[in-house]
Amino acid sequence: MKTFKLGGVHPPENKLSAEAAIETIALPKQVTVPLGQHLGAPATAIVKKGDMVKVGQQIAKATGFISANIHSPVSGKVFKIDNVYDSSGYRKPSIIINVEGDEWVDTIDRSTDIDANIKLSAKEITDKINEMGVVGLGGATFPSFVKLMVPDGKKVDYLIINGVECEPYLTSDHRLMLERGEEMLIGVSILMKGLNTNKALIGIEDNKKDAIEDLKRLAQKFKGIEVHPLKVQYPQGGEKQLIQALTGREVPSGKLPLEVGCVVNNVGTALAIYEAVQKNKPLFERVVTVTGKSVKKPSNFLARIGTPIKELIEAAQGLPEDTGKIINGGPMMGKALLNTDVPVVKGTSGILIMPEKESKRNEASNCIRCAKCVEACPMGLEPVLLSKTSKLELFEKVEAERVMDCIECGSCSYTCPANIPLLDYIRYGKNKVGGIIRDRSKK
Amino acid sequence: MSLLTISASPHVHGDNSTKKIMWGVVYALIPALLVSVYYFGLDALRVVFIAVAASIFFEWLIQKYLLNGSETISDGSAVITGILLAFNVPSNLPWWIIVIGALVAIGMGKMSYGGLGKNPFNPALVGRVFMLISFPVQMTSWPKAQPIINGITDAITGPTALGIMKEGLDAGKTVSEITANIPSNMDLFIGNMGGSMGEVSAIALILGGVYMLWKKIITWHIPVSILLTVAIFSGIFHFINPEHYVCPIFHLLTGGMLLGAIFMATDMVSSPMTSKAQLVYGIGIGLITVIIRIWGAYPEGMSFAILLMNAGVPLLNNAFKPTRFGKEVKHG
Repeated sequence: MKTFKLGGVHPPENKLSAEAAIETIALPKQVTVPLGQHLGAPATAIVKKGDMVKVGQQIAKATGFISANIHSPVSGKVFKIDNVYDSSGYRKPSIIINVEGDEWVDTIDRSTDIDANIKLSAKEITDKINEMGVVGLGGATFPSFVKLMVPDGKKVDYLIINGVECEPYLTSDHRLMLERGEEMLIGVSILMKGLNTNKALIGIEDNKKDAIEDLKRLAQKFKGIEVHPLKVQYPQGGEKQLIQALTGREVPSGKLPLEVGCVVNNVGTALAIYEAVQKNKPLFERVVTVTGKSVKKPSNFLARIGTPIKELIEAAQGLPEDTGKIINGGPMMGKALLNTDVPVVKGTSGILIMPEKESKRNEASNCIRCAKCVEACPMGLEPVLLSKTSKLELFEKVEAERVMDCIECGSCSYTCPANIPLLDYIRYGKNKVGGIIRDRSKK
Repeated sequence: MSLLTISASPHVHGDNSTKKIMWGVVYALIPALLVSVYYFGLDALRVVFIAVAASIFFEWLIQKYLLNGSETISDGSAVITGILLAFNVPSNLPWWIIVIGALVAIGMGKMSYGGLGKNPFNPALVGRVFMLISFPVQMTSWPKAQPIINGITDAITGPTALGIMKEGLDAGKTVSEITANIPSNMDLFIGNMGGSMGEVSAIALILGGVYMLWKKIITWHIPVSILLTVAIFSGIFHFINPEHYVCPIFHLLTGGMLLGAIFMATDMVSSPMTSKAQLVYGIGIGLITVIIRIWGAYPEGMSFAILLMNAGVPLLNNAFKPTRFGKEVKHG
């Protein structure tokens, strides 16, 4: 079975919500829509306090090239534009809307029939995706239209679709592949047309056998789309690892996948692209997994952007008594939240509620030079060395040991027998070295 | 509900722990311990007990009063040092020499560098070599193997098979002449031979090695590279002149070869970190051991070989980096 070559770990999968069909939850009374919920410059608001908006109406426009439009997820009145806490833990400018009814703009095609006829040209596809504010839904939230703008001289050999979902607990991609597989595949064809390539490879981890079977069957109707099961190993869904597993090619250090003729998109993004291009529907809602060992009803909810997390937790039958930590994302790379008031944004793939007894770190002890971290690193780095030299602030050495290649997957900290917080120190070193490199290139 | 915990990712941890690794090594040593009790009787238990107790005591003492740190003896590493120290000495060694050995092993070999994880040399070997050089007579009178089922009798001492072979060859005898006077290869394999407690039973040591491989405490690289190097290097000379150079099987089964290859050279703290570096490390140990055994002054070269290669580990770690993902491209 295909897999990436170096390192990796296998945390317990805990896919508690894998059988839970996607549920639409009730609209909240108020939504908070951050302006910076994508990679790149935050968008600029084009509405003001008191404006009435409809679902799908554009409320913020992209600022600069790497940015994205934002559309209202609800209909109602703009309450205010203010700096509010989001999942990053910092206050960010956001548009707060009081919800009234559920009126959509009439340009959106709300019919549920599946439209496989792609009428737009490659350029029109790129523009439409830009207009509809589609960003990468795997978590990176990179503006999707940028990936379609292939520079002259570069060619896309493979469109790679990431259906891996290697983080434990998360199941939103799994359910999307099962319940909306055909539409997702049309989205893949649209991407292929936009990129001018005739080969698409869909990678799915082998713990989702039903999705693999379904998509293999559906993909027969589509030219050039192949479905490949991948070994269950973390971080199989890491972009570089996925490209190597499916094509054998290695993206060089510091370069983009395009360097080896590949473009990678998440299955959720492919579906959002189908909706944007075929149904004229902007990105304003997404599937979010709510899960955890003590959660009464692990679920996958279709939620509007801006919905406070606490509404999703209520819909999963409430916050468990023994909650110790609430994580935005998966257990390996997710971020611990301050409270449940923060809103769902385009990058929210799941909310993991961790019981008290699993929330605290174990106490760190001396490094015994066992090299398990070296074995586990999927990028072939030496976490023990990067961590020690970052701690000692020897940043020249840290850069020379290729800290910028680190994908922050957490495999090193996960596997360390001495419970040393390796990734903490490495992130510090990466941060500092990144600054040094930026200063150097300015001169 | 109490307050929410905020900490950085990852938020889960695998089930590796230093304690599990250390105690895993201790379990792996149990077969060899049982065999040595079988052949050397209660003396074997006495030596292990004194060595382990002294190691634990000195680590506790130094950690508390000299280094002013929190307790470390429960991680099990002092127990391992004690057992390995005991395995490297004759079972009739006077108790006070064992205590001195433990003090040197723990105090000089480990704590003087700052404790677990910071020592460049294998602590048990530091202790052993110190004792060998300071007390050469007591450290080289080896009890003969006397299975306790034959009744508990007084110990008979004499040189090991390795010692007899070395002496004989130096005196000009041929291999076949000497072989008649030493245990057969099968005896060497199961442990019916004189020697230190840890060198006797090949099969018990190999069993322990397999256990550690299964529990992923060690990988195959160091033991295999050492043993293969020894076999090939000594094999070349044996092939050229079988009457002057003893066969590789003999080298593999005598002295501290298996104990060293499986338990001492694989000590994580003092061995290299990448597989490529480990292979070079093992080859170096194999070569030096055979050179000392054949041409050096001592019949056994394993301890010196490992300590010498320990010194080279930082160089090896630097020279043999792991395979990186993706070609390097200069930034900025």
